[in-house]
Amino acid sequence: MTTHDRERIEHLLKQALPATNTQPRATLQRDLWPALRQRLEQGSIAVPWFDWALLAALVLWVALFPRAIPVLLYHL
Amino acid sequence: MPALEPATDVLQQFSQGNVDAFEALFRQHQGDVYRWILRIVRDPAIAEDVTVETFWRIHRAHELFDPSRSFEAWARRIATNAALDQLKSTRPESELPDDLPQPALPDPGISQELREKTAQAFGRLPPKLRIAATLAVIEEQPYQEIAEALGVSAGAVKLRVFRAVRMLRKDLKRQGIEP
Repeated sequence: MTTHDRERIEHLLKQALPATNTQPRATLQRDLWPALRQRLEQGSIAVPWFDWALLAALVLWVALFPRAIPVLLYHL
Repeated sequence: MPALEPATDVLQQFSQGNVDAFEALFRQHQGDVYRWILRIVRDPAIAEDVTVETFWRIHRAHELFDPSRSFEAWARRIATNAALDQLKSTRPESELPDDLPQPALPDPGISQELREKTAQAFGRLPPKLRIAATLAVIEEQPYQEIAEALGVSAGAVKLRVFRAVRMLRKDLKRQGIEP
């Protein structure tokens, strides 16, 4: 890839996804403390059962196919 | 303008689990943390949720904070990780708003269709590459700041940006678009 190609792609990207500081709501519009306070009062969030099932499947998969660990780490 | 670093005693109290000190830090930094997250997730509503998640993580990790170090840099690192987790949990197709925001200086040589296809292709990049390219190319943040937020070297950020641009070019070429 030449420097020209790279500059062209970067220009295209800036046109497709403009910087957020030029967009509306670039600054925070409301105080988030009430939402955070509620979260703090709830304490630790319960983990849904399917997350545990997914974790168990992952552990099983790693146990059965240990050679797949590098692939898994790459995608994390 | 970044927030001023809070007084050392507030940081000390925060690291000991004082909720009032935590609230003071939250009020001082929520705006900056929100803006940083918005640059990554690019959606104000999601950015608000991730900001709350970030401060929740900050609260849980208060014992790990060293009051002699920068709170802002520490918070930004946690915010970046929370934003990255959000990107990983979202399907690329669901990330594009119905109407893409217009650039400040639109290039008449680039059609709306090309802009949409580019945005979609960018959304298909691996989140780690996307986050580096978003911050470096789109938001034009300094490489060193991105590196500190991601917990990698500036060289690693440059490499990720290069890989992102190369993958984006390949994706567009596969669609018959020669940028």
